[in-house]
Amino acid sequence: MNPTVVILLVGSCVAASCALVGAFLVLRRMALLGDAISHAVLPGIVIAFLWFGSRSTWPMVLGAAATGVLTVFLIDLLTRTRRVRSDAAIGVVFPGLFAVGVILAHRFAANIDLDPECVLYGEIALAPFTDLVIFGVDLGPRALWVSAVILAIDLVVVLALYKEFELTSFDPALATALGFSPVLVHYVLMSLVSVTVVGSFEAVGAILVVAMLIVPPATAYLLVDRLAPMLALSVAIGVADACLGYGIAYHYNASIAGGMATATGIVFVIAWIASPRHGLLRQFLGHRRLRRSFDAQIVLLHLKDRTLPMSRDNLARRFGWSHTRIDHAIATLRTDGAVDGDDAALRITSVGERALEAAGTAPLAHEALP
Amino acid sequence: MPIDFDATLWIIVAGATMLGVIGGVIGCFALLRRQSLLGDSLAHAALPGVCIAFVVTGSKSPVPLLAGALVAGVLGSLLILAVVRTTRVKEDGAMGIVLSTFFGVGIVLLTWIQNRPGGNQSGLRHFLFGQAAALLAEDVVRMAILGVLVLAAVVVFYKEFQLITFDRDYAASIGLPVRTLEIGLTTLLVLVVVVGLQTVGVVLIIATLITPAVAARQWTNRLAWMLVLAAVIGGGSGAIGVLASAASQGIPTGPTIVLCSTALLGASLLFAPNRGIVQAWYGDRRLRRRIRHENLLKDIYSFGERRADFARPVSWPELMGLRGQGRHALGRRARDLRRRALVELDGDALRLTAAGRRAAERVVRKHRLWELYLTRRVDVASDHVHRDAEAMEHVLSDEATERIDALLGHPSTDPHGRPIPRPNAGDEAAR
Repeated sequence: MNPTVVILLVGSCVAASCALVGAFLVLRRMALLGDAISHAVLPGIVIAFLWFGSRSTWPMVLGAAATGVLTVFLIDLLTRTRRVRSDAAIGVVFPGLFAVGVILAHRFAANIDLDPECVLYGEIALAPFTDLVIFGVDLGPRALWVSAVILAIDLVVVLALYKEFELTSFDPALATALGFSPVLVHYVLMSLVSVTVVGSFEAVGAILVVAMLIVPPATAYLLVDRLAPMLALSVAIGVADACLGYGIAYHYNASIAGGMATATGIVFVIAWIASPRHGLLRQFLGHRRLRRSFDAQIVLLHLKDRTLPMSRDNLARRFGWSHTRIDHAIATLRTDGAVDGDDAALRITSVGERALEAAGTAPLAHEALP
Repeated sequence: MPIDFDATLWIIVAGATMLGVIGGVIGCFALLRRQSLLGDSLAHAALPGVCIAFVVTGSKSPVPLLAGALVAGVLGSLLILAVVRTTRVKEDGAMGIVLSTFFGVGIVLLTWIQNRPGGNQSGLRHFLFGQAAALLAEDVVRMAILGVLVLAAVVVFYKEFQLITFDRDYAASIGLPVRTLEIGLTTLLVLVVVVGLQTVGVVLIIATLITPAVAARQWTNRLAWMLVLAAVIGGGSGAIGVLASAASQGIPTGPTIVLCSTALLGASLLFAPNRGIVQAWYGDRRLRRRIRHENLLKDIYSFGERRADFARPVSWPELMGLRGQGRHALGRRARDLRRRALVELDGDALRLTAAGRRAAERVVRKHRLWELYLTRRVDVASDHVHRDAEAMEHVLSDEATERIDALLGHPSTDPHGRPIPRPNAGDEAAR
């Protein structure tokens, strides 16, 4: 198979599985638990490595996933003593475990190809060159198999437990009342996160897997309001990020994993600015529209209270507004036919008076005038 | 293996101690302001700053690189704030986004620099994992200057920082520039992170901030003491970590420092007075035991009261029937009480001694007074007060009991018409 195709496929599988479980982390406000797990699995990997004496994938995945669940358990345990808040518990547990992992790796695995840097960045560029061979049959790139199997596991569990995940994420109290155990679901989800994180190591490493876990779902969260579309969109964005990231890395001759993480950031910023429902642009335009309609109403009220027409400059001085601001308000009112006369002598029309009555804003205007 | 105590080692010890001290102090504020993980995000966010500073200045000397890290860290913290303010993504998500994407950009830059003709980023790598062993005297001098600045800032603005940490709204209401002070504290945090990058690296820096602070929190409820303790724990872990790693050779310094502080944290959680888990567990056990003893005394008393004869012993089966307790557990409690001369064993039955009867009366008195208090003063129906009194009889102090007694006008019977024992009545009866 073409190496580029393999890299893109592996990247897409990793991105899809991370996005699928990461969406729940974002919704449950546990994004940094993913970060903690991704670091704390290091001792699990080293121990599995020492135990089985090889870099074969599945013992490592299982060892690391067990450490991931242990991490979550330790954090819960610390939190439940009520002496440490949950965010501080995360900040205490994962560096401790990571430190153990680094020391173990240095002490016992120094001669073997398992340096912490490899765990931190991963190297997806090597993915096409290690094949999975079972009983002498070459089945193609191993990383592709691993990431595809993990994606399949994630898909099956999320689909099978969709209702449970949804309910415990949004309303744990109701879930408990209905007889689901939020704790059990929590641990199922965390096991899934651990397996996914570990399976993605070889491709993107410990820190960049956090980007894959959190950023595509957060991007989707800015775009849609329902869970099922959010999951689908997270996966789609994740895959798109992976491909875009490969392009960036290829173009600058840089780390592919780094490129993918950069791409997630770029896409997030685009969605942040331009999301049709929640984007910065939309917020800005909405605020401006609101302010302008409010300005127009104030001018209208002011004109209504006077028997004589008023000039534009007079109004601007009265409110302490800039000329642009008063011009916008007057232009809006003219378009609506609420005022007539030229800038030197503005007068409210009958249309304007009716509009004011309909809006019923008299008390509001009192408060707003200086 | 013997430690080679040369000048280099002392330089490294000094650097690690300094980092531990300022990390502990600033970490306390981060912890109390519920920003424990901000340091982690900012450490990761600093990486692209280091790379860009390297590309721009072309030098590997630490000052411009650290300046780049500082700028990127501050930028990262502002971005986190902006994401939280303007999107529905919460703080944890915002920190995760900044952490991972900044770091991704950093990795891209790092590899791009590496692959450029003539590019050599080997010096930049130290920022990822830290290299305490490579600290030079000039590094430590710089760390000391920054450290003194940070500590001086904390001392000068102690009252302000304390106020925005514990009561932000009040601070704002008395006209403190809360926003500026918060940005100041975050800048101090970034400074510490930047100093720490060289020593312990990106991943473990969070531990130099939070772990000593959480450990110190267990020992005291006062901010000033907490700061001092965190500085001692952080500095001590730094020194011990460097020495331990020097003694063992080949164990990297950063992780050793972190393990030291984590061990100190574990010890603090377990053994600190007042908040310690061991003491809490021991206190719980003592309370449970006292409750069981008082219940047994009360049970024996209730038989005496019903028969109007306290001299007649109460048999095991009678007592076992009351609370469904086993013979074995009951026997153990009875032996405890006999050792304190509160009960006598009479063949196969139990009898209260005079002291035991007084103790039982004290419990019964609390129970019945509380029942009466609830019915008279709190308007609880008299058939609903027993359960509450069952709990209160063990925790009401003698003083509180007498005040309730006075409040109710020294009553003689409870809502169910049973007599409320008086403190000295038992002596006369025993006579």
